[in-house]
Amino acid sequence: MASNPDTKIQGGVLGWVDARFPLSQMWNEHLAQYYAPKNFNFWYFFGSLALLVLVIQIVSGIFLTMFYKPDADLAFASVEYIMRDVEWGWLIRYMHSTGASMFFVVVYLHMFRALMYGSYKKPRELIWIFGVLIYLVLMAEAFAGYLLPWGQMSYWGAQVIVNLFQTIPYIGPDLVTWIRGDFLLSDATLTRFFALHVIALPLVLILLVAAHIIALHEVGSNNPDGINIKENKDENGIPKDGIPFHPYYSVKDLVGVGVFLMVFAVIMFFFPTGGGLFLKPDNMIPADPLVTPDLIPPVWYFTSMYSVLRSVPDPFLGVVAMGLAVVMLFFIPWLDRNPVLSMRYRSFAAKFNLGVFVVAFVILGWLGLQQATTEVSEMSLRWSTVYFGFFFLLWFLSKERSVAFSLIAFAVVVGIYTIYDILRFDPSDASLIMWSWLIPTVYLFVTMVAPAFARGLGRDRAVPERVTS
Amino acid sequence: MKTLIATTFLAAAALFTVPAASAAGGSGDLQKANIDVTNEASLQRGANLFMNYCMGCHSTEYMRYNRVARDIGLTDQQMEDNFIFITDEAGDPVGVGSLMKNAMSEAYGEEAFGVVPPDLTMTTRINGEDWVYTFLKSFYVDDSRPLGANNTVFSNVGMPHVLWELQGWQEKVVDEDGNERLELVRSGKMTSSEYDRAVRDIVTYLSYMGEPMQLERQRIGLYVLIFLGIFTILAYFLKKEYWKDVH
Repeated sequence: MASNPDTKIQGGVLGWVDARFPLSQMWNEHLAQYYAPKNFNFWYFFGSLALLVLVIQIVSGIFLTMFYKPDADLAFASVEYIMRDVEWGWLIRYMHSTGASMFFVVVYLHMFRALMYGSYKKPRELIWIFGVLIYLVLMAEAFAGYLLPWGQMSYWGAQVIVNLFQTIPYIGPDLVTWIRGDFLLSDATLTRFFALHVIALPLVLILLVAAHIIALHEVGSNNPDGINIKENKDENGIPKDGIPFHPYYSVKDLVGVGVFLMVFAVIMFFFPTGGGLFLKPDNMIPADPLVTPDLIPPVWYFTSMYSVLRSVPDPFLGVVAMGLAVVMLFFIPWLDRNPVLSMRYRSFAAKFNLGVFVVAFVILGWLGLQQATTEVSEMSLRWSTVYFGFFFLLWFLSKERSVAFSLIAFAVVVGIYTIYDILRFDPSDASLIMWSWLIPTVYLFVTMVAPAFARGLGRDRAVPERVTS
Repeated sequence: MKTLIATTFLAAAALFTVPAASAAGGSGDLQKANIDVTNEASLQRGANLFMNYCMGCHSTEYMRYNRVARDIGLTDQQMEDNFIFITDEAGDPVGVGSLMKNAMSEAYGEEAFGVVPPDLTMTTRINGEDWVYTFLKSFYVDDSRPLGANNTVFSNVGMPHVLWELQGWQEKVVDEDGNERLELVRSGKMTSSEYDRAVRDIVTYLSYMGEPMQLERQRIGLYVLIFLGIFTILAYFLKKEYWKDVH
């Protein structure tokens, strides 16, 4: 599409610009002549919505930086100044805090869509990689931003997370001092987190989002059927099942934007604290290095990873497990080698695997908000096992496995955590350990052993030639 | 697909209904404050009580006098005449646009009460309205405490029973069922129901103080939602029109 006859001959301002900058060409390549499959469903709203939230965060963030003071003595009061004295300051601030949580809601749903329709599979591996990088940077961005109000939760939440690096052998303590810029979390930490939050990370984020979209438009969008629409083109070389993104999906996304903004507005205007999940009550107390809050749960979007951390008794191994929980996402395109993209045509076992993964993620998220009792730790361990089991199963379900292979693989995996259970066995928690052992075991049984005997459970269906509906 | 969506939303709903963990040592059952922040008379009475009984020790230093005046229906002059008790370095009363600090130094607060009396601008947001309401009704005589009073909601609190002349004095008694409860042993200037109302007025005022824009945001939110509703309907029909030729 390098030279387009329709746009080359235009005169006027547009022609003048086009002779100097590929404006029309870019418009066409990314919007008016970008052919997207016509069967996008509900789940395809979240990509454009993530972009919208990014814009909301940047614009509201610009206004916040006009009034916020990145100084340990002034930060807390400057946030209240924004809430009380700055005209519409409360609106901007609630927009930003609601936007932070909604960013993760939208990104999680967007990632779930990719898992459901195999959007990470060839040729979209790089789109997925860029996406996971965006998710990583977003977590760093949210973490840095959470320190800025300088409330008790800001301070102690950051303390907990920064101290995780302390567990790294040899370099840990020095590394933590280097990150903080001081021997304790202080003004030096606040100012550098401010710099990261408003300049460094947003820049990286925007570059990654651009790379994500360029890579997507290079290979074309996937769809709920997981069919490559470029294999069925008409005489003009246009995919028969494709429609131009603009105007079709631009007007369709407008409906999504409307509904999403209504949800956003309901939270922002009526439940800005999200029942303590988005803005924690303890964060209305100014940061005090001498008073540790009773419970320091991370913000809801980190709690799943936090549960993985807490499920391992050894601090360093816990940090490694938490890191792995995120890093594993990078390997998904190469773990799942099944040629069928969409869950619509995948086997029951594959659907069950994804469903249980979502359940595990939500349960781990809930557990991460609770005080670490024996039950909570035990459940965290079991559901973390399921969480990691998902990645193993992605590989395992890449093709039909023989009965012998299924049974041996099942025995090995179950054996690994059963040995660990025996090693850590504590008679006072015997019944808890024993019944919760069933959680990962039943999950693995349904996905690994059952399909070996009831073949229907593990068999993928035929993918149609053309997209449906 | 429908079930997938439904499951996702149910899961999300479950995650979002986690009750807010809060309260500084909230123990026992809290009584419902039942406040109404739209009640201007209650706000004014609450402001009156707060400024006269509480502000000697507790500041509300993120808030300005004139903002309070504007929001609870007082003039700046009324505010200056009745509620500004502190002075600046020159000895003049501070301006009506000042932050609502107080005259007590941190060192004095710590010496007198063992702990610096906290700023109360956001106390209802930190502890909850019901907690503050119950706390103010739960002081009782306890000779073992340095200032003669203890509290069932916040045990061994450093604060004395400041409102004793209104409420009177309560004592902790154990009834025949073995339950502990508080009983009024010396009445104050107010009857029990008058005192409940006074405490409710204070909590109303503090709730307003915690989030002075709370009524405004709900009012504006309604208009925003109406606008977005119309926008979404129009967008839907626009989409339908464009998609007529997609088969």
